[in-house]
Amino acid sequence: MSTFEFLLQGLGTAMQPMILMYALIGVTLGTAVGVLPGIGPALTVALLLPVTYGLDPAGSLIMFAGIYYGGMYGGSTTSILLNTPGESASIVTALEGNKMARAGRGGPALATAAIGSFVAGLLATLALAFLAPHIVKLALVFGPREYFALMVLAFVTVSAAFGDSALKGMTSLFVGLGLAVVGIDGLTGQARMSFGVPQLLDGIEVTTLAVAMFALGEALFVAAKPVGDEDKVQELRGSVKMTPEDWRRSWPAWLRGTAIGFPIGAMPAGGADIASFLSYGTEKRMSKHPEEFGHGAIEGVAGPEAANNAAAAGTLVPLLTLGLPTTATAAIMLAGFQQFGLQPGPLLFATAPQLVWGLIASLLIANIMLLVLNLPLIRLWVKLLTIPRHWLYAGILLFACLGTIGVNPSPVELGMLLIFGIMGYLMRLYGYPIAPVVVGLILGPMAEAQLRRALAIAQGDFTTLVSTPLSATLLAIAALAFFVPLLLRLRGRGQVLSQFGTDED
Amino acid sequence: MTGPGSNPAQSKERRPDGAALLIALGLAAFGAVMIWDASSIPDKSGYSGVGAAAMPKFVGIVLLVLAALTALTGLRGTAGPRVPQQQATPILWIVAGMLSIVFLVHPLGFTIASGILFACTAFAFGKRNMALTLPVGLVVSLLIYGVFDQILKLNLPAGIPETLVFGN
Repeated sequence: MSTFEFLLQGLGTAMQPMILMYALIGVTLGTAVGVLPGIGPALTVALLLPVTYGLDPAGSLIMFAGIYYGGMYGGSTTSILLNTPGESASIVTALEGNKMARAGRGGPALATAAIGSFVAGLLATLALAFLAPHIVKLALVFGPREYFALMVLAFVTVSAAFGDSALKGMTSLFVGLGLAVVGIDGLTGQARMSFGVPQLLDGIEVTTLAVAMFALGEALFVAAKPVGDEDKVQELRGSVKMTPEDWRRSWPAWLRGTAIGFPIGAMPAGGADIASFLSYGTEKRMSKHPEEFGHGAIEGVAGPEAANNAAAAGTLVPLLTLGLPTTATAAIMLAGFQQFGLQPGPLLFATAPQLVWGLIASLLIANIMLLVLNLPLIRLWVKLLTIPRHWLYAGILLFACLGTIGVNPSPVELGMLLIFGIMGYLMRLYGYPIAPVVVGLILGPMAEAQLRRALAIAQGDFTTLVSTPLSATLLAIAALAFFVPLLLRLRGRGQVLSQFGTDED
Repeated sequence: MTGPGSNPAQSKERRPDGAALLIALGLAAFGAVMIWDASSIPDKSGYSGVGAAAMPKFVGIVLLVLAALTALTGLRGTAGPRVPQQQATPILWIVAGMLSIVFLVHPLGFTIASGILFACTAFAFGKRNMALTLPVGLVVSLLIYGVFDQILKLNLPAGIPETLVFGN
């Protein structure tokens, strides 16, 4: 069957009333958490994992993907009206968007962000649908060594390639890899790093770590900030209609943003935040009105917002076809698949085509829902920004504990939640990125298993890792991604890279 | 997100960075524990030449290297912006709330422990009126218990309030 037929079949699944319900819940929740500062899509999916344990797998996964997409939409609202990004991929949106809002053009800024997100989400989801079967075919020839090489590449790109310090990124990654070792070794059954504590034999739950770092770490960080640091919400005045001039300036930026965002998400080259930074730079360079940048240029909102949505769709390519998460949210979605006994990868397209294509088709529908939720109803979402911080964070922490208690109500698990939360706070304080820890924790055991499998096949010969052109190329790219930024930083060109360094959530 | 000039007293001279040295110490301890633990694993490497102990040893060694590099940058010192002044009181309140979850959720149930966490967190964020926040927290927690334990079948620890409202 062709991709087109699969997609039509997927639409059949996606149009079922229950599945539509899940998608609607997902995009609504996603928009809400995107709007709320201090809570992002990764945390939300992590909190929902235990809750969805008994629910329909297809529906739950569609809900998670809806949250991811919705988070990208909602984040722009916060950036534009509050100047504090609701999630990290919207940091650049604040640069121009907040200026526009201050100049009384908040409406058009929100509109170009929402329509741009829609255009990009639609195009990128279609690209995902047509690209995925080809990558699946390619992935069928992948052996353990190719998977290992691919994971090494993912490790390098999430930790060392971007951000202001390779040392800090690598430190975060290896802390994650160290935590990943805890528990029973999957291949030999030996206990590692468990110190005789039975609760540690199961390893460290991804959800516990993610919830602790994102919810508790963030709450501590915000609470400990000196007083009087908050930004003011810009009132949304006038209509959200865009003028013909706005349209004319927005649409090329949307398309360029999509073209930049999708490949960045699809290759293990980092997440939506990097895509939005690159898009902003491109728009600034290509603009006919460069003098407006920094004072509210509409292209500076349109491009990055399209790019971050396209990148979110792009991240689903390696996640679905290879089982390879490249962002924190994707890592937690992978945990979601595993919770239902599903392993994303080429086999999933053969064993559960209905689920995969239903998921992809649902994303197309979710996009339409999001446009409706975000344009006519925008004033409703803006109201969320007026929730006082004490109620907001008290609620977030309450849900964080609920998630952990739902997985495992032991004092050891809750103690870990507290310890990792304090760790997350300190990491934020001293500028260590969070995403590499989460990705290291979930990819670490997979990389180790592939490495040992590859070496077992080759009877302990390490040269097997570079013995096929594909694995050698992947490892070479990983080495380049590690050393080139290092050299750039040594030569004092690090500012460019540090712009891309963000706490991805 | 502090604006420029928020800390005019900031000196430009380089000085050893105490925090970096502490971080390095923590990383070194983590690495050392990993290597020590791995050394007690019987390494039956089989065909592959790498067994269960190889990965923790490798990660442990890399952590030691990263600790050394962190210590070096710490000793060289930084002239960049220092970490902004932190308020300790809110942190203590949130940690206290979390400790209530760790130690009270089993003896007293979800509602009471989470209600205390809620009130403590609100206090940390400046809402100090416990006569208001504690009851709000208790009611919210009880509602959440009702939705997630009774409807979504999540297994949450029950105490007196839960049994009174929802029965057994």
